[in-house]
Amino acid sequence: MTQSPDLHQFVEEPGSPLAPRAGHVSLGRFERVLREGHFAVTSEIAPPDSADPDEVLVRAMVFDDVTDAINATDGSGANCHMSSVAVCSLLSRVGYSPILQISCRDKNRIAIQGDILGAAALGVCNVLALTGDDVSAGDHPEAKPVFDLDSVSLTTTICHLRDKSQFLSGRAIDTAPKMFAGSTINPFVPPVQSRLAQLRKKINAGAEFIQTQYCFDVDVLKDMMARAVDEGLMEKAYMIAGVGTLASAKTARWLRSNVPGVSIPDHIIERLEGAKNQKLEGQKICVELMQQCKEIVGVSGVHIMAYKQEEYVKEMVIASGVLDGRVCWAPGR
Amino acid sequence: MYRARLFATRHSRAYEAFYNAVEPLVLFAIKWLSKLSGGRLDGFITWTESKTKGLLFDCQMCGNCVLSSTGMACPMNCPKTIRNGPCGGVRENGNCEVKPEMKCVWVEAWDGASRMKGGDKINEVQFAVDVSHQGSSAWLNMLKQRELEAAAKAKHAADLQAPST
Repeated sequence: MTQSPDLHQFVEEPGSPLAPRAGHVSLGRFERVLREGHFAVTSEIAPPDSADPDEVLVRAMVFDDVTDAINATDGSGANCHMSSVAVCSLLSRVGYSPILQISCRDKNRIAIQGDILGAAALGVCNVLALTGDDVSAGDHPEAKPVFDLDSVSLTTTICHLRDKSQFLSGRAIDTAPKMFAGSTINPFVPPVQSRLAQLRKKINAGAEFIQTQYCFDVDVLKDMMARAVDEGLMEKAYMIAGVGTLASAKTARWLRSNVPGVSIPDHIIERLEGAKNQKLEGQKICVELMQQCKEIVGVSGVHIMAYKQEEYVKEMVIASGVLDGRVCWAPGR
Repeated sequence: MYRARLFATRHSRAYEAFYNAVEPLVLFAIKWLSKLSGGRLDGFITWTESKTKGLLFDCQMCGNCVLSSTGMACPMNCPKTIRNGPCGGVRENGNCEVKPEMKCVWVEAWDGASRMKGGDKINEVQFAVDVSHQGSSAWLNMLKQRELEAAAKAKHAADLQAPST
């Protein structure tokens, strides 16, 4: 493992790429953190319904010191917001390490490849391939769903552009997009027994990091990870477990029945119901989940989804102690 | 037909055995029908394929058939036309996120593959479908592909034997 005296060193100034390192595919900090063996923390920004760049920066600031990378969602829940490429570009300009989420729902392979090149040119070093929610889930159900690629084909595409320096058509690219490629997995919904096979498929397609859907059932993740580690899968990719905060038992019930892919066990809901301060209890659960995920062999980090509770992320990460006292990069430090 | 589709994945082993037995024969027949008719029967071949596979698998005639790699479940019936599914939105009862009344195509696919001798093929990464083949015959496309590969191989062999210039 490469030891770095300073994880946070920029070659020139914040926003410019980091110095290349042997064995690294990107010039970004997130890959460095993981490859150096640190337990990583990521979180996500809900892109604003606004054309004001400051709104993006204000949303990112709440994660200062406690996150290594920030996901910018791409029309999550099939709702319209500022584009992920734009959010990532604004973030990378000031030195943050954004993760460009690409959903296959809205763009075909021509648009997606263009976005990958464009994002790389704007200093974005990480990309996460998702299939995406169907248009029927969002506020434009009348829109045409694209789904030209799926998350695995998209992962293949990202690695193809980067490693072969050519488009899918075979046409050459002058400067390849040096992106750390990730994909997602949801081990908590059926067919649970096939999810390990799917993880294998995504890693074989080239995914170097994997972020999971909300993990509220640690045993399921533990079981999948034990098998993944056994067969050597986690030597090829870093697993970032998704954790979340639930504002109340009512929210949990609503999420479970209305948001595709969210699985919340009854015991979590009962615990929230029994609590005097449900919001606080939800945050306590999140802190515990982070700690439990860190204990799982093969898990390299946590991804915190705290929709509308972003301001509590910092306190929760500190309370969990998962960073072992490490302070993540933030502008001006 | 939805019911026939479910039946196919539940009896994927038998379908596989049947297909493996008749495939060489079917492809041989199609090859000569197409050749002898000078391509005039290609429309009929495509129609036959769409009718039989449509009835058995709800085939959508994508022209890039992968049924033997997907547990005999046609991935084009997935509302997201995922080729490496399922997505993360499968409901607790195993039904589709988009069409709650329909069993997830990929839950069916993994189930079907688990019964097949060659079920492991589901683990191979399938690249996105070639949309330009939509509506064409996967059988004819397969034969064309084989011919191209054979020609390329023959050319390579000839090039190897040719004196260097």
